[in-house]
Amino acid sequence: MTTFSESAVMRFVKGDRPPGSPIIEFKRVVKAYGSRRVLDAVDLVVQRGEVLVILGGSGTGKSVSLRHMNGLEQPDSGEVWVDGVEVSRLPEQELVPVRKKAGMLFQGGALFDSMTVFENIAFALREHTTWSEEQISARVGEVLGFVNLGRDVERLLPSSLSGGMKKRVSLARTVALKPEILLYDEPTTGLDPVTALTINRLIVDLNERLATTSVVVTHDIVSTLFVADRIAFLKDGQFIFIGTPEEAYGSDVPDLRAFLAAGESPE
Amino acid sequence: MDEFDSTTQDVAVLKEPLWKLARIRRWIGHASFHVGGIAMMAAQLAREARNRWDSAEIIHQMDALGVQSISITSLTALFTGMVLALQTSYALAQFGGKLFVGRVVVLSICRELGPTLTALMVAARVGSGITAELGTMSVTEQVDALRALGASPIRKLVLPRVVAVTLMLPVLTLLADFLGTVGGLFIAVAEVKIGAAFYLSTVQQSVHLNDVLHGLLKTPFFGFEIAMIGCYNGLGASGGADGVGRATTIAVVVSSIVVLMSDFFLTKLFIILPLGLK
Repeated sequence: MTTFSESAVMRFVKGDRPPGSPIIEFKRVVKAYGSRRVLDAVDLVVQRGEVLVILGGSGTGKSVSLRHMNGLEQPDSGEVWVDGVEVSRLPEQELVPVRKKAGMLFQGGALFDSMTVFENIAFALREHTTWSEEQISARVGEVLGFVNLGRDVERLLPSSLSGGMKKRVSLARTVALKPEILLYDEPTTGLDPVTALTINRLIVDLNERLATTSVVVTHDIVSTLFVADRIAFLKDGQFIFIGTPEEAYGSDVPDLRAFLAAGESPE
Repeated sequence: MDEFDSTTQDVAVLKEPLWKLARIRRWIGHASFHVGGIAMMAAQLAREARNRWDSAEIIHQMDALGVQSISITSLTALFTGMVLALQTSYALAQFGGKLFVGRVVVLSICRELGPTLTALMVAARVGSGITAELGTMSVTEQVDALRALGASPIRKLVLPRVVAVTLMLPVLTLLADFLGTVGGLFIAVAEVKIGAAFYLSTVQQSVHLNDVLHGLLKTPFFGFEIAMIGCYNGLGASGGADGVGRATTIAVVVSSIVVLMSDFFLTKLFIILPLGLK
């Protein structure tokens, strides 16, 4: 575990990860609920292989922007490109390949209540592969290992898991199909600091180990500094800052400076 | 509402009809939205039905929604048959027709009360259960998780429930027809003092296959309506526990009304159509 932490710190300190090709692109994306424009003609590029953190206050549209990346939400206007495919106008059934490519971790875990841990993780494998039960069982054991859980949790129902375990099982379910992109919606919200650190380590570790691209939505500054290659700060429907954590600290954007300062010393 | 909040009472009285008109318009708007939404879901369901069905899940739902409703629908039918026999025996006694109790009970149960009351009980138990379950899944992002994992909520959640309720309601109704008649038998023997053999022979002479089919053929429609309304309201629930509660109430009220309304139209349709079900 220590090595993952060190690697994350080194990446943060060095900030020298070479930029890859764009894997997700927002082009003039607009999304409004009633008269309120949550995303107001935003442009954003997520580079292949990076960990991009979308930072911002509550209710600023961070999760909405994340949900556009796998077609859970569709923009009112503008385009969303995921790995060369324009997804914003695709019907639900044609979004399946995109969703297999872009796995999502939900804020509360969103594990299926009526299924055991094993059935939750095996769900996508049963849905999208022709694997035998032995192959599925082996993969379930493997991804549980990725999130540092043993096979003893397989028979448990989600209701008997703690918040942190739910997040980890949910993460295992998300990576079971080997997605190229991982979308995290508030991965550390509601967790104690130690469990939150574990999740942060997992985000960095999985990004390295599985060679994925990660987009993390959060308002947690500690988590941001731990995992981010780049930060996109959302305010009033616009990304008013996009850059590395070092650039964020050197930025003269008042809202971002206030957010970073408040996050580090809440008192 | 602005008009109604006026400070002058006279103005409020004058504008009250307008306010009521606005409420009616809003209600019609909600109802149209509801009907349109269910129609769109039915179209999606028809598309999804062409794909592979999850038979294990359908069987599970047939047990959860159908088999586990047997006690509640059976009790309802039994006591309906009993009270029907009791009431008709007093009413018919005035004309010296107590002996026709069996005939009245069996025809009322088979043609109308069995299917309708069973559907209403299923709407209350199963419709509310479906809405509460899917509603909770919606507000806890489990439905979004299904979509994010590349699965269709219509195929995984709606299809098994709709198929299960549509198939199980005729079975429950058939059982209700039998138990309603047996309930009538208890009262006929115990209260009205008609012999069991005589009661059963009047039942046998009165009821024909057409009468049973007339009631039974309506029930798949009722089952479809109940499950669709439950699923639609569940999947559309938002706003936490309060939203789920509201959706559940709406689902039970709407499905009960729709069952009663469609009962009339289906009855009329079966009479008009040359099916021999008059």
